[in-house]
Amino acid sequence: MGGGNGTGSTGTEGAIRHGAVPTPRFLPFGDAALIVEFGREKDRALSAAVLALDAAVAAAKLPGITETAPSFRSLLVQFDPLATEAASIEAAILDLLPRLAPGAAGQPRLWTLPACYEGPLAPDLASVAERAGLTPAAVVDRHAAIEHHVYMIGFLPGAPYMGDLPGEIDLPRRRDPRTAVPAGSVAIAVGLTVIYPFESPGGWHLIGRTPAALFGAHGAPGRPDAPVLLTPGDAVRFEPVGGAAYAAIEQAAAAGDWVPEWRPRLPQAPQ
Amino acid sequence: MSGVLRVLDPGLVTTVQDRGRPGYQRVGIPPAGALDTEALALANALAGAPADAAALECRFLGPTLEAEGAAVRVALAGATARGTVTRTDGTSAPFEGWRSLILAPGDRLGLGALGPSATAYLAVSGGLALAPVMGSRSTLMRARLGGIDGRALRVGDRLAAGALPDPADRAERGLEPPRGWLSDAPIRVVLGPQDDHFTPEAVAAFLGSVWRISGKADRMGLRLEGPTLQHHTAPGRGADIVSDGIVTGAVQVPGSGQPILLLADRQTSGGYAKIAAAISADLPRLGRLGPGRTLRFEAVDTGTAAALAAEARAHLQALIGAIAPVRDGLDLDALYRENLISGIADPGD
Repeated sequence: MGGGNGTGSTGTEGAIRHGAVPTPRFLPFGDAALIVEFGREKDRALSAAVLALDAAVAAAKLPGITETAPSFRSLLVQFDPLATEAASIEAAILDLLPRLAPGAAGQPRLWTLPACYEGPLAPDLASVAERAGLTPAAVVDRHAAIEHHVYMIGFLPGAPYMGDLPGEIDLPRRRDPRTAVPAGSVAIAVGLTVIYPFESPGGWHLIGRTPAALFGAHGAPGRPDAPVLLTPGDAVRFEPVGGAAYAAIEQAAAAGDWVPEWRPRLPQAPQ
Repeated sequence: MSGVLRVLDPGLVTTVQDRGRPGYQRVGIPPAGALDTEALALANALAGAPADAAALECRFLGPTLEAEGAAVRVALAGATARGTVTRTDGTSAPFEGWRSLILAPGDRLGLGALGPSATAYLAVSGGLALAPVMGSRSTLMRARLGGIDGRALRVGDRLAAGALPDPADRAERGLEPPRGWLSDAPIRVVLGPQDDHFTPEAVAAFLGSVWRISGKADRMGLRLEGPTLQHHTAPGRGADIVSDGIVTGAVQVPGSGQPILLLADRQTSGGYAKIAAAISADLPRLGRLGPGRTLRFEAVDTGTAAALAAEARAHLQALIGAIAPVRDGLDLDALYRENLISGIADPGD
């Protein structure tokens, strides 16, 4: 799924600063996968290392690797056990580590996604505001003010785990999960934001809704090269829109007349 | 001309599956694909379909289908069926599977109950003619992806088969149900990636106990019942982890201490500690297990697992090589031909 955007970086120029990448642990995962674990916590510096290694592994085209999947703090590397072995992959990764360039596989994008934080599309906004000791408008301001980093795509096809929320609106999950959360719901919990790509059960606080489709088997709208709109290493800014504007965008999107906007996201080096 | 199979009864959960959809785990899409890839390979070989062709994955209770338009060669492997084939002349005969069968237009095949494996594959000559989605025809019901509109079969669905490779070749082929297909031999696992989140006693109990598959068993995974596996009490070493990647065969253990063995339609990431993962050679056997069955685990190292993977591949090739003409009364034409032409059993097709 795309090459690395750091493939041209062979010198130290643009490389992740020496010592910034923690030495990973290699964890066995059956006989056809291993996990390259940079740490145990959710952390932006660890995420930068994971995404940079993911890009480097893709660019290196190591034999026998069937696919990789970044997560918050580790990279899952799957391979054909009849074609290679974990020890060879570990050795190749150790070779790549000192030369990691910041960035992620493909060309990371900064998306602007409209979100309606009002009325029935934001059923938990009032309770979130109350628990945070803020007005609903202040919650929306804080949520819309930041660039949400896509750590990984996870619990459903195309569903982004994004961070990080300011401490004031960092809440645990709801005590009573819903059996059906509508598609497009923008939801927060545990310091993160997710968007539900389909209707599904969910226990996060629903503070808004976006009309952007996250998943399409034949290319997500706005991203014909991939079945999902967002990929790991992308970022999202939410642009608050009113109910009428939301409805208009939703209608235009359904007619194929609207797709989300993006611009290239600059490489993120570890802090 | 190619024939069509019309669905008269969909069976319990019948889905289109091939070898799966690798490469999209990074965007949250699990591989799906056949739970028992060995049975799929045998069914395709029996039907005269390519190894990567899609077939119908039948679970517990198979479908009833009627051929339309032109003859279709089907083949069933993986489980023994209590089925019946009914010809247009009104005659009928039992059909147990592990063989191919040409259905003329109007012929009906009802598979009925399947056993002892929970999973069988009904392959068709040339493979099921469906457009691949993201490189695969496999159905992922959770995302409504692949197969027939991303769902299980329904009454009235019509499935196009490929043409018979050689209309004159009416010889049916079969295979003895392989020995050890549903053995009690332990499922081999590699410990990790988070076996250090469990007490040594829990790891010993995991490997030393007989586990029963609960009623919650589907294409996503098998919930196991047995002793409670204790996680470490040290901070950061418990049941909950910051989500990381998952593979098919992973054994995750939530706070309840009861393991879940994850299969092809699993999530792509998860926040529970994984004590171990089944080796690739034993994944097809997991696809054969249903509620109420028991299993045990045995730890092996990755070197042993690699040797077992090579052995499993050779064993499958040998089974495909053992496919031979069927000598029964189901197709008198075929029997006649086989008597005239010795050595027709070319399994390579």
